[in-house]
Amino acid sequence: MIAELGLAALWLAAALAALQLVCGALAARTEGEGSEVALITRPAAVLQGALAAFSFAMLIWVFAITDLSVKLVATNSHAMKPMVFKIAGAWGNHEGSMLLWVTVMALAGGLIGFAERRLPERTMQATLAAQGFVALGFYAFLLLSSNPFERLPIPALEGMGLNPLLQDLGLAFNPHTLYFGYVGLWVAFSFAVGALITRQVTPDFARAMRPWVLGAWVFLTLGITAGSYWAYYELGWGGWWFWDPVENASLMPWLAATALLHSAGVLAARDALRAWTIMLGVVAFSMSMVGTFLVRSGILTSVHAFAVDPERGSFILILLAIYIGGALLLFALRAGTVAEGERFAPASREGALVFNNVMLSAILAIVLLGTLYPLLTEAFDVRVSVGPPYFNPVGAIFVVPMLLVMAVGPLLRWRHDSLSRIGREIALLAALVLASLMLISIVGEVALLPLLGLALAGVVAVGSVLPLRGRTLRRVPLVTWGMVIAHLGIAVALFGMASDSAFTRERLAALAPGQAAEVGPWRVVLNDVAPVAGANWTALQADLQASYQGGKSISLRPETRTFWAPSQATTESALATRWNGQLYAVIGEEADQGRWQIRLWWKPFVTMIWFGGMLIAFGGVLALIGRLSTDLKRRTVTRRAAARRAETRALLPEPAE
Amino acid sequence: MRASLALIAALLATPLAGQDSMPPAPYAYRQLEDPAQEAKARELMETLRCLKCQSQSIADSDAPMAGDMRSQVRIRIAAGEEPDQIRRWLRERYGDYVSYKPEVSAATWPLFAIPLLLMLVAAAILWRRIGTRR
Amino acid sequence: MNRWRLWVPLLLFLGFVGLAGVMLAKPKSEFVESRMVGQELPYFALRPAAPDRPGLASADYKEGQPRLLNIFASWCLPCAAEAEQLRRLAEQGAVIDGIAIRDKPADVAAFLARYGNPYRAIGADDLSEVQLALGSSGVPETFVIDGRGRITYQHIGDIRAEHVPILLEKLEEAGA
Repeated sequence: MIAELGLAALWLAAALAALQLVCGALAARTEGEGSEVALITRPAAVLQGALAAFSFAMLIWVFAITDLSVKLVATNSHAMKPMVFKIAGAWGNHEGSMLLWVTVMALAGGLIGFAERRLPERTMQATLAAQGFVALGFYAFLLLSSNPFERLPIPALEGMGLNPLLQDLGLAFNPHTLYFGYVGLWVAFSFAVGALITRQVTPDFARAMRPWVLGAWVFLTLGITAGSYWAYYELGWGGWWFWDPVENASLMPWLAATALLHSAGVLAARDALRAWTIMLGVVAFSMSMVGTFLVRSGILTSVHAFAVDPERGSFILILLAIYIGGALLLFALRAGTVAEGERFAPASREGALVFNNVMLSAILAIVLLGTLYPLLTEAFDVRVSVGPPYFNPVGAIFVVPMLLVMAVGPLLRWRHDSLSRIGREIALLAALVLASLMLISIVGEVALLPLLGLALAGVVAVGSVLPLRGRTLRRVPLVTWGMVIAHLGIAVALFGMASDSAFTRERLAALAPGQAAEVGPWRVVLNDVAPVAGANWTALQADLQASYQGGKSISLRPETRTFWAPSQATTESALATRWNGQLYAVIGEEADQGRWQIRLWWKPFVTMIWFGGMLIAFGGVLALIGRLSTDLKRRTVTRRAAARRAETRALLPEPAE
Repeated sequence: MRASLALIAALLATPLAGQDSMPPAPYAYRQLEDPAQEAKARELMETLRCLKCQSQSIADSDAPMAGDMRSQVRIRIAAGEEPDQIRRWLRERYGDYVSYKPEVSAATWPLFAIPLLLMLVAAAILWRRIGTRR
Repeated sequence: MNRWRLWVPLLLFLGFVGLAGVMLAKPKSEFVESRMVGQELPYFALRPAAPDRPGLASADYKEGQPRLLNIFASWCLPCAAEAEQLRRLAEQGAVIDGIAIRDKPADVAAFLARYGNPYRAIGADDLSEVQLALGSSGVPETFVIDGRGRITYQHIGDIRAEHVPILLEKLEEAGA
């Protein structure tokens, strides 16, 4: 019953999406206002959001009560699981996660239909029509090929259980972040398409789109950061990024979203970069969809080959072709007629942001190339491997200039500035770069890329706080603080990455109980290896005592775990975190003569990578709050002014005949 | 990252059937005595692909074959071979697939040509947009 | 922007869609093929893996008779499945040598007792050295070696009934 309600709600929501599409399209055609169909579009969007949310709630309900007559519950859940993981199981699978995505999309669309009033109504109708069009494809995908509410003819006796690896709170809730990000980019996409259709590429369009892009970008940043940290402590080798296709699939939208963010900012502030913003608005969502396709279709070789199903892959590819192809076609036909924006000098904030856009786009292109290239060669039956030795140096070609410009960009004025005005700051930063390069290369043997990373991290950090110089800190707008902290976060993360590359120490030892090994400034003693048991696993746990430079001992307990349903083995690493780095310990197999393989890494400042990521997201949040509060203030002011005008008019006597 | 979270399963969780019971190769988990040689070996291992895994280097994998390859690498480096020789030896057997190190060849030249092209295009865009204005 | 440049993104995208479509339709090949096919066998000399069969060396292949070289292991499930086909191949006159990868002698003996022993000789490759030298990337794999010690054909994966005639044919070609 519940499942049927959920399914019915989903069908209704799909019907409303179709309605939204039709009414919005019709309304956008008519030149003047006052077309009756226009009145339907917004309520349709709101109702669609409510229905999709209801459908998702129904799915959660059937998982919470472990309704084993629903196929999805039977294959993904188990009566004995803790409630929080039962609920998390609702989205821990292909169908459920698609429903989650669709729900978030519908809610976002409903919010826009309800609240967005800045844009000309025709453009809004076109935007909502575009949203309905895309949503319809996803509904079709869900209802026709991935029905989450499908029933089993005979209810299962017991569920197949959730993969024990997923019974981890971080993983249970992480998927949201990336989906929210993709949905935000979908909103930006629909704004871009609406603006293209009605040829209204204005600062207002950028202002309407910007909070969505910011929000999406914050979520993507959090998702990537969290995923990287999860991979780091779960994989047992201390790596945190592998340029794996699935990782790249989440990075590419982030790169596009970063460029879009800055471009929309320029458009909103200075009415420049119109075509760039439109293009990026389309590209950012395209990257989300391309990424989703690559991950779910199984055509790429990856550790993370998702439930491989070429049929699903084909469906997504068709949706992709229609939406992205359609948008790019629209771009090719219409972008030429978008009027030129305001002009600006090369040395100006706009100039620096154009440089930033071009560099980010180039990096995006390289990541895309490296990810798709093995696919291309495989079509000709040749197999190649593209990995970190390619992405790191080739990406660096564009990252290095981008970071240098990023350090000075915020200091430039809008429209027209001269480099000599900020000559002192440039000199300071240049001196800093050179000094860092020389100092680090003298002090330690560091390879070129980590060396550049360390030097640039310092420069970007200083450059990010320079805009605050000479200002009353309390009166600096929240948006500026957001920029400062986000840029600082980049510097911090870069420092962590470079430090990890340059200064990590590794020690593989075969220790008998009582023996010790040294790695960097640590001395680690193996006390014992003993079996332990958990809810659905048994493990061999090592009892290690680690002391930093002869100080107090810390206890570390890495494990090798064996789950029994399904039968799998994993390594659980143990971490000791200090302000200046992490000790990473893993226990391997028993070597001969009662000795155990212990793998140890000392990773100086590695936590800065994820701390930096959090800073970046925090900066984005501050900027978002700043923008939203400015918008709200502006609306209140406009509303009050309009009210006052109405009152004044009411007081005046009627005009004489 | 949803997928990656769900499916690091494929990597971390090695199914227990289909594994041999022999101990790992001698240098699979043992570092070389000479730190300089170990560093050379490590650098090489990070750029060689594990053939039995989905998408990892032999330095990041617990698969027995990866361990055997690591052992081979370390033994050969200790015996005085250069990393490039070892890489060539492996490529003779497995083709470009086994090596992550970008090398220009008939199969990989676009990987180098396209970034160059991008640099030119980027320069052209910047010149047009910024250079000739005002 | 110039008019024609606006079409570039669409064209690139259509290229991607085409590529994706082609790759979706293609059956996925998980195998890494050996580059050693056509080359001479690398030098190796392995100790016996089973008590009742001699060990294996590359010198054995210079004797003028083309043979099959089967890479297997007792812990490999598909190897058990293909044992039947190996027996049929041996019945039809093929000479089969085996290399056991990372296997304890007791386990090999148990495997052979259970699934039959079609091998003329079995070498023990404890560290996968010969496997790497041959360009083999997993078990089971079967190579056809001609009378002068050259590798002429590689079959990756377990041998099914339909592969038996193919292998026999390749053996004949190698003998010619």
